Amino acid sequence: MSELSVKHLLGIKYLNEADIQLIFETATQFKEVINRPIKKVPSLRDITIANLFFENSTRTKLSFELAQKRLSADVINFAASNSSLKKGESLIDTVNNILSMKVDMVVIRHSSPGAASFLAQHVDAAIINAGDGAHEHPTQALLDTFSIKERLGEVAGKKVVIVGDVLHSRVALSNIFALQKLGAEVKVCGPSTLIPKHITSLGVTVEPDIRKALQWCDVANVLRVQFERMSASYFPSNREYTSFYGITAPMLKSLDKEIVIMHPGPINRGVELSSEVVDSNQAIILDQVENGMAIRMAVLYLLASKK
Amino acid sequence: MSKKLLLSAEDLRIILHRLACQLKETHGDFSKTLLVGLQPRGIRLAERLLHLLQDHYQVNQAQLSQLDITFFRDDFRRSDKILNANSNNMEVGVENKRIVLIDDVLYTGRSIRAALTAIDSYGRPEEIQLLTLIDRRFSRHLPIQPDFCGRQVDAIQNERVVVCWEEEDNEDAVYLVNK
Repeated sequence: MSELSVKHLLGIKYLNEADIQLIFETATQFKEVINRPIKKVPSLRDITIANLFFENSTRTKLSFELAQKRLSADVINFAASNSSLKKGESLIDTVNNILSMKVDMVVIRHSSPGAASFLAQHVDAAIINAGDGAHEHPTQALLDTFSIKERLGEVAGKKVVIVGDVLHSRVALSNIFALQKLGAEVKVCGPSTLIPKHITSLGVTVEPDIRKALQWCDVANVLRVQFERMSASYFPSNREYTSFYGITAPMLKSLDKEIVIMHPGPINRGVELSSEVVDSNQAIILDQVENGMAIRMAVLYLLASKK
Repeated sequence: MSKKLLLSAEDLRIILHRLACQLKETHGDFSKTLLVGLQPRGIRLAERLLHLLQDHYQVNQAQLSQLDITFFRDDFRRSDKILNANSNNMEVGVENKRIVLIDDVLYTGRSIRAALTAIDSYGRPEEIQLLTLIDRRFSRHLPIQPDFCGRQVDAIQNERVVVCWEEEDNEDAVYLVNK
């Protein structure tokens, strides 16, 4: 019998390999649950969860909310855009007010790195980080590595390249941690303006040439170009980015093996991936979404079991 | 810790044959029947019964599924025990089937209550019966009784019934262990 070594899910950095494997095992069982005629189990029926989204989100929010409902938890949703934050309330006051309503767990997305850790130190509830600035997005990395394991049987020994806007990406950092903990080899590939300066200190290598990167890898995890986070011009134009780093079907056909294409969504079709690639059998983007539900159910279940 | 033998390998052999005969008497050719072993300890018993039915009693239509009840248990967050899930294999549908739930020991009845709820999420069976190898009398928390039972045992609360199988424990036997 095993349990998670942590009380909160703040980042992959704080998990060990056994934690990740336990989450995978539990998620496998939940994947079976969500394919039953009745997709609901009563495990979390006396738990109340607050989803605090201080930043926009579609799929992560929906996925968390559905995962919570499938586990029979009570759910309250909070979006910063129509809240008292606009009236000048601080983060800690907002959260404490919500916790006074006897909330057991908090799922938080915030634009500031460390927001989830800050909450974990100051409030008495299990905290799940659903993305904090360009820091971590642990459930995304868990569902990505789970999807790789599902497609290729194993993560250990696989070669994964993370392509694109690594600089603004919390998905990239969490993925690097998760992949390395599970024994995969990681490269990053993108325009030098979008690759953080000291990324090699994490034990990854940089490959500026997309063709070489694809030839090397088993899996390409392609990131979205985050136009909304860009305060300066990191590349001359979309067209130029696409011509250098966009992945197209002919490019994949020219490789001497079939690689797996992943994307955390939302996709800029025709920018980082061509439509043909998105809709091909090599892309497991929709599997990632389904696995996301199972992974989030597993995380919620395992954290809730730690009283 | 003392250990007392409740059933020997020979006792178990006779009981399993009797249970198989009772199942055959009630379920005939098993065309509408689904045996459901409860994870983790009921699976081995269910497999043994299935093989007996096939090899000795010419029942060829019997089917076996595995059900895990972890997510339906009522002691989640209420006991110190960590509840880790096991795998389900419920590919054969339960709709309109005659289900026989199979577990090794019936104690408080709470696992069976959870199993009844869990089965529901796969559809609506025609009926559900319960088969247990050991029925610990006088310790039920819920109004649940077996339809088929190997042996009734009177045990006090700090005693535990341990069922051993050749395949994993190197012997067929049932012990009463004083904790």
